[in-house]
Amino acid sequence: MSTLTADPVPAGAYNSARRERAAADPASLVPALQELARKVRTSDIRMINRAQLGHIGGDFSVTDILATLYGAVLSVDPLDPAAPERDRFILSKGHSAGALYSTLAHCGFFPLSELNTFAQPLSALNGHPNRVKVPGVETNTGPLGHGFPVAVGHALAAKLQGSSRRTFVVMGDGELQEGSNWEAAMTASHYALENLTAVVDRNRLQQGARTEDTKQLEPLADKWAAFGFEVRTVDGHDITQLLQAFSGSTTGKPVAVIADTIKGKGVSFIEDRVEWHHKVPTAQQVEDALKELNQ
Amino acid sequence: MTTAAVKVPTFDCRKAFAEELIALAREDDRIVAVCNDSVGSSNLTGFRDEFPDRLINVGIAEQDLVGVGAGLANGGMIPFVSAASPFLTGRALEQIKADVAYSRAKVVLCGQSPGMAYGELGPTHHSIEDLSWMRAVADLPIVVPADPAQTRAAVRWAAANDGPSFLRIGRHPVPAVHPEGTEFVPGKAIRLTDGDDLAVVATGTMVSRALEAAEILRAEGIGLRVLNVAYVEPLDTDAVLQAASGTRGVITAEEATTTGGLGAAVATLLAENAPTRMRILGIHREFAPTGSTDFLLDHFGLSTAGIVAAARELA
Repeated sequence: MSTLTADPVPAGAYNSARRERAAADPASLVPALQELARKVRTSDIRMINRAQLGHIGGDFSVTDILATLYGAVLSVDPLDPAAPERDRFILSKGHSAGALYSTLAHCGFFPLSELNTFAQPLSALNGHPNRVKVPGVETNTGPLGHGFPVAVGHALAAKLQGSSRRTFVVMGDGELQEGSNWEAAMTASHYALENLTAVVDRNRLQQGARTEDTKQLEPLADKWAAFGFEVRTVDGHDITQLLQAFSGSTTGKPVAVIADTIKGKGVSFIEDRVEWHHKVPTAQQVEDALKELNQ
Repeated sequence: MTTAAVKVPTFDCRKAFAEELIALAREDDRIVAVCNDSVGSSNLTGFRDEFPDRLINVGIAEQDLVGVGAGLANGGMIPFVSAASPFLTGRALEQIKADVAYSRAKVVLCGQSPGMAYGELGPTHHSIEDLSWMRAVADLPIVVPADPAQTRAAVRWAAANDGPSFLRIGRHPVPAVHPEGTEFVPGKAIRLTDGDDLAVVATGTMVSRALEAAEILRAEGIGLRVLNVAYVEPLDTDAVLQAASGTRGVITAEEATTTGGLGAAVATLLAENAPTRMRILGIHREFAPTGSTDFLLDHFGLSTAGIVAAARELA
């Protein structure tokens, strides 16, 4: 087995009409998107425990962003994941593959049962995402600093084709220490890619320590603004704010969303602790985490 | 040091590359050229003048260059991503691996002015590692045309090919080896002479030099079989094995380091299947001294005389 195919979409798991509601009445969507995020976290932590591998901290910091995008913002069709006019989403912080796989499965891109194969021999679900094997994945990520330039290429292609489709990319904040991102930021700004939204998952932790103790990123909003972006700083766990932040450029510039997040969000003993970058929860810790997530 | 009796006209393959790319762009509006402030050195001025919107210049930023190329490809365009070969392959090696080859993005990577083309500019600008680096990446065909006609054919093939490719486009002038209109057949080496004493397995600029060497050696009664291996990867193993079995020895010739390039590919194949006496011509883990392209090719035994000397030794 190398390539996944989608089962029929589970009832209620994915609803393209939500995008219209997101524009008209965003508040009405919040409970459903919060529920999607809860399911994503629940499946993800079980998956990581089963595989004894994964990045639970970064997965949980980005989960609300993914749930908002896939649940209400992106124009994508799980039954036709390669439709040319789909919006594009790239998870540049590819080590958070678990959160992406769980989101894609809950949105009907492939059967939920496939999550059981995560990291198993010959599974399509590698530790980092693969576009050839997993429907919904747009480029292979893992090494940091790759997703943003590819997203810029996608946005440029849409412009050249006169298409209104949009491109979103999520980067980790530590990932911004890779210079390739700033090369891409200059290109996006130079070509006025208003169809591009760059999201920074600002959880302030990287693998080894806090970002500001490793190589400081602040003043981060000023940096993005200086590179020619329309900057929006939001609470990355507040779905109402995220919906607003993802609503598109108002200035003709590319958009940078700095999403303030908490690494490990949702489980008290994981939150904001550097060791949970890639620590694997025990069976007991999974039980404790599920109790908190299901409250 | 060339020993050709009659001066033959020579050509810059970048010109053929640029002309064919423009012709393709007229036929297919998905064709885009992507470069790193190399509009002039990649010979893309004409392309820019005719298709200003389809010339994407990301500036001096090679990692961005290749990533943007991958996004354009996945977004439905056919990008020819062009830059001086040492920087395209060296600075963006991981992007080539992850964003292009592993992601199966249909990007045509165009390494311009490879080998010793930038003679006096020194080893930072000599692109001798590019063949080895690209050969180490899975699922990435490597094409090194020997002359303008083959360059045109390779450009057409790459645009139509279902997947990524790496084209190594020479700057150093070369004589025409193939007739205009020649077809590029992927996976196939081209046998240019029929000698059965020794075989020269050559690529790029070395092909015409091997032909000159064959002329000289014919007068000495040594028959040289010259194979043009423009399709370096995957290697035409049948042609190479036939060359080894049909002669008494094989010489490989490439304007590149011998660590992992064409010579290494041929040696590995023959060692496993048909151990053969060999001479591997190229640059043996050494940074070049100062000198012009011709001087350096002579210095490293990559001239016609160098091939002749290796053949006399092996004959």
